[in-house]
Amino acid sequence: MSLEQPHQLDVGETPEGELDYDALADLLGESVIDREEHINCEAFVIRPDDVARALSTLREEAGFDHLSCVTAQEYRDRYESIYHLKKYDDPTQELSLVVPTTRENPASQSGASVFDTANWHEREAYDLVGIEYDDHPDLRRILLPETWQGYPLSLDYNQDKPQIVPLREHVNPMETRNKGADDSDTMFLNIGPHHPATHGVLHLRTVLDGEQVVDVDPDIGYLHRCEEQMCQQSTYRHQIMPYPDRWDYISAGILNEWAYARAAEDLADLDVPEYAQVIRTMSAEMCRIAAHLLAVGTFALDIYGDFTAIFMYAITDRERIENLLEDLTGQRLMFNYLRLGGVAWDLPEPRDRYFEKVREFTDQFPDRLEEYHNLLTNNELFQMRVIDTGILPPEEAKRYGCTGPVLRGSGVDYDLRRDDPYGYYDELEWDVITDDGCDNFARARVRLEEMRQSIRIIEQCVDLLEEWPEDDRQIQSNVPRTLKPDSDTEIYRAVEGAKGELGIYIRSDGTDKPARFKIRSPAFCNLQSLEVMAEGEYVPDMVAALGSLDIVLGEVDR
Amino acid sequence: MSENTELHDTLEQAQSTQEARMGSGVDDRFNSKLRKAFGASPFVLTKFDQFMNWVRGNSMFVLLFGIACCSIEMMHHYGTKHDVDRFGAGVPRASPRQADVIIVPGTIVSKFGPRMKRVYDQMPEPKFVVSMGSCTISGGPFQEGYNVIKGVEEIIPVDIHVPGCPPRPEALVYGILKLQEQIRAGESAPVTVKPYELQQFGELEGDALVQKLADEIDEDDLVMRYDWAQV
Repeated sequence: MSLEQPHQLDVGETPEGELDYDALADLLGESVIDREEHINCEAFVIRPDDVARALSTLREEAGFDHLSCVTAQEYRDRYESIYHLKKYDDPTQELSLVVPTTRENPASQSGASVFDTANWHEREAYDLVGIEYDDHPDLRRILLPETWQGYPLSLDYNQDKPQIVPLREHVNPMETRNKGADDSDTMFLNIGPHHPATHGVLHLRTVLDGEQVVDVDPDIGYLHRCEEQMCQQSTYRHQIMPYPDRWDYISAGILNEWAYARAAEDLADLDVPEYAQVIRTMSAEMCRIAAHLLAVGTFALDIYGDFTAIFMYAITDRERIENLLEDLTGQRLMFNYLRLGGVAWDLPEPRDRYFEKVREFTDQFPDRLEEYHNLLTNNELFQMRVIDTGILPPEEAKRYGCTGPVLRGSGVDYDLRRDDPYGYYDELEWDVITDDGCDNFARARVRLEEMRQSIRIIEQCVDLLEEWPEDDRQIQSNVPRTLKPDSDTEIYRAVEGAKGELGIYIRSDGTDKPARFKIRSPAFCNLQSLEVMAEGEYVPDMVAALGSLDIVLGEVDR
Repeated sequence: MSENTELHDTLEQAQSTQEARMGSGVDDRFNSKLRKAFGASPFVLTKFDQFMNWVRGNSMFVLLFGIACCSIEMMHHYGTKHDVDRFGAGVPRASPRQADVIIVPGTIVSKFGPRMKRVYDQMPEPKFVVSMGSCTISGGPFQEGYNVIKGVEEIIPVDIHVPGCPPRPEALVYGILKLQEQIRAGESAPVTVKPYELQQFGELEGDALVQKLADEIDEDDLVMRYDWAQV
């Protein structure tokens, strides 16, 4: 756009917005041992003792300010950690750093000193694959119990060996009461894993000084149900698709399925008919509304215990949208509707009746949204609780790898639907909602307003589908019955899920099952930023911050 | 005098006694359906046990307990459309000490198993368990996972299983109704639990893993042992 300031080009960026990988390799100099070609971008193989320097050079000079994911995997001859880098300004500019280590001594330098988000990602890699990271601030198990023996995603792991999990019932909970210095008066408090404010089975280890939070350490893994293992032992064509529904289970199923569909379709080079893309876009936005409704409803429940009005209103509207989704997919919650190369079936007959129902919903929903605004954002009680609490400055949000409404509530204009377009989004008229407030209020407002945009998208999709010529309604392209992508191809692709950037990394080994399937969960990364929002605040504000992060434990723990 | 007339006479007498006590113009409140049903006497004779079972079945306090996907459908069954409160089971309590029914809505994994056992132990007797969804029956779609407990019955006893992935709210309501029926009839759950009580670490058979952990874990610690091979 001509009125904007000319964009300052980063090192390695061409004026057309492409990446010049040679210039980037020159920038890193001798740390680059080798270069690989992944489907989504080029990858540099980096010396294991030079990770932090390479990451900080790329961030400071080449503008790669988003460490999207860290994937760890084991080969027969080596271990590998892959750092997937992106730019918040333009997520299509990607670069992967591959850090190999030997099998005898699987240790590489940690990237946590450059990107805070690497902290948890590397702990997960240590926990599940068994790579150690030098200079890591806090390298211990994150998803599995402390007493777990072995690394379950390593190649020679024997799942049949018994494990022991202790129930430390006899430990006196007050023993660790005084954690601070001797003269301080701090108290250690467990919140969760069974607690109504933790949105599932999250466990927060907090140290309190009076009513203020001195330190908060989220302890996750109470719902770690081996999603990556499940996907690695299932076939691409049909068996994997039901699992994404169960990552972010707050009715965001189709958004998650799309993440897998997008990665696998690009990996196996499959086309999707345009008609199917429109249906995908429409149903995905329905899911987004359902997910945001529950987020808003439970947020109100957290803030001032509003069980009867807003929570019930949200449930009522969710019932309406779940009826629409059930008509379309046959299921209320776990849709399993997308297929590689399209969708499972066409819109329900009679089509007119279905469009009528969708129109009915989209027509009345803006009024409902006004009601939510009246009850929430215009409500003085609500404002007192959430304005200027749980501050997450944009720079911090970027370092913690936040995405989705959490990032947009910190004023960063980043939405993969627009910035890295997929589906039918780039053909439609809609806006990305941002808010500079950086507080709990901003995040709640962004969610409410995003629902309005979703309604706009659904309306346009219905218009398109109504007019769609009858002889061109192809719902699936031709996909081979057994899908075997070429050996040793690697891809990392992300879509905008309900909670943020939901990325999938797949490495294929020539069989019909992925050799490595890694899920980049937005809630996992967002949850990490809780310490920025909560430390120094009061306990109820921490609960509000947790509610505004809108985590879902199925996705955090996977 | 036949038995029937005797009975009839007694009833008439009871009625007249009562009328005599209350004076003329009996209060309308006493002419209730209940009274018609039970005849003249405003008293219902029953066993105290039966009465308690009836009370328990009709006023259940459910533990507010969300684990995974099924908890979303559980929220919906409290919500406007399905409204389980119609059946006297719609008061979720956040504390296990106030609850007498626990709905287990989701996959139990090794880290959460001991915690759930503790929550269950904190509930006062008599307590009832509804297991919701396939994960709580067998591990469901995640059964082959290294970290997943193959059904909630490995840890606590279950009264009602509601299958589905996830079950619809209607199915859960049906499960709750069946549980109420069971409670009212005074039936207790068939105990099908396998380990149920957790072992003490000191009692474990010594093998390589136990030896390795022996230094880290206190002998008095309660532990759970997952022997996947026995599934």
